[in-house]
Amino acid sequence: MLTAYWIRLKMNWLKKGLKKAKDQISGQIKNIFSGGGKIAPEDLDSIEEILLSADLGPSTVIPLIDHLRDNSPKGIEYNELLSYLEKEIESLFQQDRKSLIQNSAGPTVIMMVGVNGTGKTTTVAKLAQYYKQQGKSVMLASCDTFRAAATDQLQVWADRLGIEAIQQGAGADPAAVAFDALKAALSRGTDVLICDTAGRLHNKSNLMEELKKISRVLGKELEGAPHETLLVLDAVTGQNGFIQAEQFHKELNLSGVIVSKLDGTAKAGVVVSIEKDLQIPVKFVGVGESIDDFALFSPKEFVKELLEV
Amino acid sequence: MFETLGQKLNKVFKDLRGYGKLSEKNISDALREIRMALLEADVHFSVVKDFLSKVKEKSLGQEVLNSITPGQQVVKIVHDELVELLGGEAVELERPKGFVKILLVGLQGAGKTTTAGKLASWLKRNKKRPLLVSCDTQRPAARDQLRILAEQVDVPFFTINDEKDPKKIAAAAIDRATEEGVDAIIVDTAGRLHVDEELMDEVVQVRDLFQPNEILFVADAMTGQDAVQSAKAFNESVGTTGIILSKLDGDSRGGAALSIRWITGKPIKFCGIGEKLDQLEAFYPDRMASRILGMGDVVSLVEKAQENFNEDEAVKMQAKLQKGSFDFEDFLNQMRQLQKMGGMGELLKMMPGMGQLKDLQVDEKEMKRTEAIILSMTKVERSRPSLLDISRRQRIADGSGTTLNEVNSLIKRFNQSQKMMKKMGGMAKGMKGKKGGMPSGLPFGR
Repeated sequence: MLTAYWIRLKMNWLKKGLKKAKDQISGQIKNIFSGGGKIAPEDLDSIEEILLSADLGPSTVIPLIDHLRDNSPKGIEYNELLSYLEKEIESLFQQDRKSLIQNSAGPTVIMMVGVNGTGKTTTVAKLAQYYKQQGKSVMLASCDTFRAAATDQLQVWADRLGIEAIQQGAGADPAAVAFDALKAALSRGTDVLICDTAGRLHNKSNLMEELKKISRVLGKELEGAPHETLLVLDAVTGQNGFIQAEQFHKELNLSGVIVSKLDGTAKAGVVVSIEKDLQIPVKFVGVGESIDDFALFSPKEFVKELLEV
Repeated sequence: MFETLGQKLNKVFKDLRGYGKLSEKNISDALREIRMALLEADVHFSVVKDFLSKVKEKSLGQEVLNSITPGQQVVKIVHDELVELLGGEAVELERPKGFVKILLVGLQGAGKTTTAGKLASWLKRNKKRPLLVSCDTQRPAARDQLRILAEQVDVPFFTINDEKDPKKIAAAAIDRATEEGVDAIIVDTAGRLHVDEELMDEVVQVRDLFQPNEILFVADAMTGQDAVQSAKAFNESVGTTGIILSKLDGDSRGGAALSIRWITGKPIKFCGIGEKLDQLEAFYPDRMASRILGMGDVVSLVEKAQENFNEDEAVKMQAKLQKGSFDFEDFLNQMRQLQKMGGMGELLKMMPGMGQLKDLQVDEKEMKRTEAIILSMTKVERSRPSLLDISRRQRIADGSGTTLNEVNSLIKRFNQSQKMMKKMGGMAKGMKGKKGGMPSGLPFGR
């Protein structure tokens, strides 16, 4: 499963002709060592910059580099540096990684949340495909009743996947849609129900209340629902990603994060502090526009990708 | 972590007051703090580097004034330099003349389609008649989305539903514009990754065909370090004329604005500040500079308060304050007004020096309990709190699911503040009719 992420990522670049473009900016750490030998402590700034450019954030990066500076007065070799960074950054991730919660008594209810434009609807479709491939029956709920044509967008995906999307049209109460969908999923014995919600900025308390209501309504109808509440985080997001996760977590008790659009040049380093300080695991990554460009998250591969090795 | 830069710098310069000139050693600590603040705000590291050397140059040899703290002095230099980098003066949005052709480009999810609707609404308010065109042949239902937005703004819309080639749509749109007799065209394109050569070529071809006079790069205000990569690539291959910063109504510090401006040299022309179609405004470099530095955005705070505060209510409230007849009903209204503004915590965070108040969050649950207590009072009790004897208080506690103690403490706080307001009301008599007069001193704390 770990290598599935890796292979898919690579395949996607090849397929889209992105590899060339990516190669131009990758291998930066290696380039620093192109002359061979060791890197002097005073030259560690360039390593610091590479880590910063991955959105790891200064509070994660600066201590790492300071440690190297203080402990390697005679300089450090490429392999030594890499293994140190890999080990340290990997240790910031949660070690005990659980897979998605399954409600064996039927339906597993999943709620997808996030700020505007992170790719929730596309991710809903990808997750549906993921379950379908495991032989599960999937139903979608279009709880984004705000954004124009969001329901149509989800319907297009549902049609492509050959599954049902429950909807009530624009302006409907999203909690009512969720309720309807759960009723339908219960009566049809569907395995998985995925609720798409409208994007909202985490600092809008009235819109956050609306999400809480959806979650409450689901929980009332089926104990334990939603079994997963997943935050979709755009890979290009900077340090605000932490605040997004913190706020959504405070209101909805997130069970995980899905990083979308990781096929660009952004590295989504902010998830490291989300894992470390908020203890919310990253569960999947989206790596392309096609429905299969979706993979389980692996800290090891992620860090490799981050360090471009 | 959430201390403002000003406070951090004050600590750095604690013992420096009246010590003559700022030396290299003095400011190196300060520069470290500034660096941290800018990086936390998502300003690109090379911009930070460049910026710091400028600040250092300007700070070195500065007299340490006695009137203000050295910290404030450096903050001022940093702030001014940021404003300068962000473009100096606010861009006054002139009413567009002649035939306007706008092409919107950007990454997926930046907010191009919503921005297209907002631009159409802005043009319309500026006496233009725009045609909205969707060339987004990638995202499912993107064309429907823009069609609905066009209906909401009440402007004509054009696309070709099953057409896979955006060039053909753009070409046909130009003909349609003549038929419709419009004097502006806004073309929305599919979101694309800047490293996707195929799709970047496609948008260049659309540009060559459409010949826009504005190519606007829509960027998400929450973008991190990658902002530089994408803005640079779009600018180099498509040739942007300006930037629109979307989702600025979030709480991101918005360092991406600085990064994009720095790498492209192109002006930021608009900001998206809400989900409604009229929520597009000019860009104010000074406000953005304060925001990036985490210094609080006083202007926006005042505007947000004004926007949400019903003026008639305010006038009524003032009259009540002066008479000292402020009752529980008013108290409830006040509390709801504050909630509408996005909660106390949100409001406080926008105030200067309050950036670090994260821990001192006003307990929203507490507010809910207070609300429940007041809602359990009868109308008469709310307007005549003196009626509240022990048995009534007990009933209210039972009705609101709280305790007698909590009810007592609320009434006590209410009485105290009423007394205080009577005093203040007396003082405020001369201020009658002043705009946005927001009664303050509400007893929310314990």
